[in-house]
Amino acid sequence: MNIKTTDFKRCTVIKTSGRIDGSNAQELAQALKAVIEKGIFNIVFDMSEVNFMASAGWWVLVDTQKTCKPRGELVLAMVDQGIKDSLNLVGMGSYFNTFEDIISAVGSF
Amino acid sequence: MNNLEQICDFVTECAANAGLDESEVYAVQLAVDEASTNIIEHGYGGECPSKIDITCETLEDGLKVILYDDAQPFEPTDVPEPETNVPLEELKPRGLGIFLMRKMMDEVKYQPTPDRGNTLTMIKHHAR
Repeated sequence: MNIKTTDFKRCTVIKTSGRIDGSNAQELAQALKAVIEKGIFNIVFDMSEVNFMASAGWWVLVDTQKTCKPRGELVLAMVDQGIKDSLNLVGMGSYFNTFEDIISAVGSF
Repeated sequence: MNNLEQICDFVTECAANAGLDESEVYAVQLAVDEASTNIIEHGYGGECPSKIDITCETLEDGLKVILYDDAQPFEPTDVPEPETNVPLEELKPRGLGIFLMRKMMDEVKYQPTPDRGNTLTMIKHHAR
């Protein structure tokens, strides 16, 4: 799993691509943890190239959100419609602010 | 776990061939992924190799997916329903896989195989 992080003045953008499932969700968890350990609690997850996310990935995002709040927030950008629909279906969509583009997501902080 | 993508590719092709639309194909992908992950993690306790046989059958109005495993008999009613729409801090990671499978598919049926293992049958109808 290729994970890229980019630091901005008020937040960090983390980006990966492809599938997030039980086989690689912990790699994402480690990458998010590394950001938080630097004292950064404002995080944008760029999902523009993520085309599938199983519940193992959702739990990583939920755990990250629990850690970030209330000092900061994890927001999601450019979420695939299928992922968004399934998140909303189980009531998890409400835990995350979502943005249609990266600039708006970064600008929200 | 490294074969999840291969499983997903297989059911994606079957679902598309059965005439399911994009959102229905995603629903099948997610349900089968969650089912396979549960079998590997809970059924086989993460041990390798974890054997799962998958067959897909095109129906007149959708797709039937059957997953067979050799793991311990599984009783889905033993798994508590996840709490949804609760405050974030109260959310507990449990039971989401089965819940999702039921939400994503039109029919979900578990049957223990007499000697050993389980058969999971899931059906997705297309909307049109």
